[in-house]
Amino acid sequence: MTALPYVDGNMLDGPLGEVFAVDLSSATARCAHCGTPGPVAGLRVYSHAPGLVARCPTCVEVMLRLVRAPDRAWLDLRGATFLQFPMSPDR
Amino acid sequence: MGIVTPGFQGRPRSGTPDLPPGQYLTPDFPVLSAGPTPKVPQDQWEFVISTETGTEHRWSWAELMALPQETPTVDIHCVTRWSKLGTTWRGVSLDTLLDGVESAADYALAHSYGGYTTNLPLDDLRDGQAWLVHTYDGDDLPAEHGGPARLLVPHLYFWKSAKWVRGLHLTIEDTPGFWETAGYHDYGDPWREQRYQGD
Ligand SMILES: [Zn+2]
Repeated sequence: MTALPYVDGNMLDGPLGEVFAVDLSSATARCAHCGTPGPVAGLRVYSHAPGLVARCPTCVEVMLRLVRAPDRAWLDLRGATFLQFPMSPDR
Repeated sequence: MGIVTPGFQGRPRSGTPDLPPGQYLTPDFPVLSAGPTPKVPQDQWEFVISTETGTEHRWSWAELMALPQETPTVDIHCVTRWSKLGTTWRGVSLDTLLDGVESAADYALAHSYGGYTTNLPLDDLRDGQAWLVHTYDGDDLPAEHGGPARLLVPHLYFWKSAKWVRGLHLTIEDTPGFWETAGYHDYGDPWREQRYQGD
């Protein structure tokens, strides 16, 4: 058994938690390339890279990129047509 | 300059004058990858330079190997802060590949098997500064390091040395590549520490 070159999307909780006020661990994202919706936790995250590259588990296209500089961050979501978050109904 | 002492090899390493700012030395060769490793058999591999007028220049693996080969020994600097000194490669100078390519372009967008892209000024691929390499340290370039062939542009951060490269688009306008559209510097000179946009 060889080690996978990627980890699952649960690893995004920390890095994206710096950017988002909502909890992404239970969010759903839809792939802009193949249209498949799925849990963010199910993305394939390539982290041995200059940034985090999260790919669709169905078509392997890039859905999300996060680059973290010491004083800035870039989040590219062009590969995702939506992110859906569970919200509290009583507001 | 003082007298060179016995055993002295090249420039002194104390104080690491060979290291650009913010870099550390590694004896390893870390594998960085933004996606699955493409597996490209040599008999299906090709390299294409396309110009701004749409003219295409193609090389098969056999044609590449028939060109004059060079063996550059260079220092490489990754933007994730590791550097590796004195790495030895074998391949074809971009001067050889660009010779006979008629173009008024100022920029090149390198594109790779697997979808990766990176942009460079065309001048940075000329004058003995860049190679298309197929051999590392005497052996075939392993797929995880970009084999069958990768770009080698050692004077820029190593993300510019596209792994699994399949061609260059020569363009009049600069077209930012994969990392350059996600916060990384358009040029990436390690000696000026051009890591991120605005550095
Ligand atoms: Zn997809």
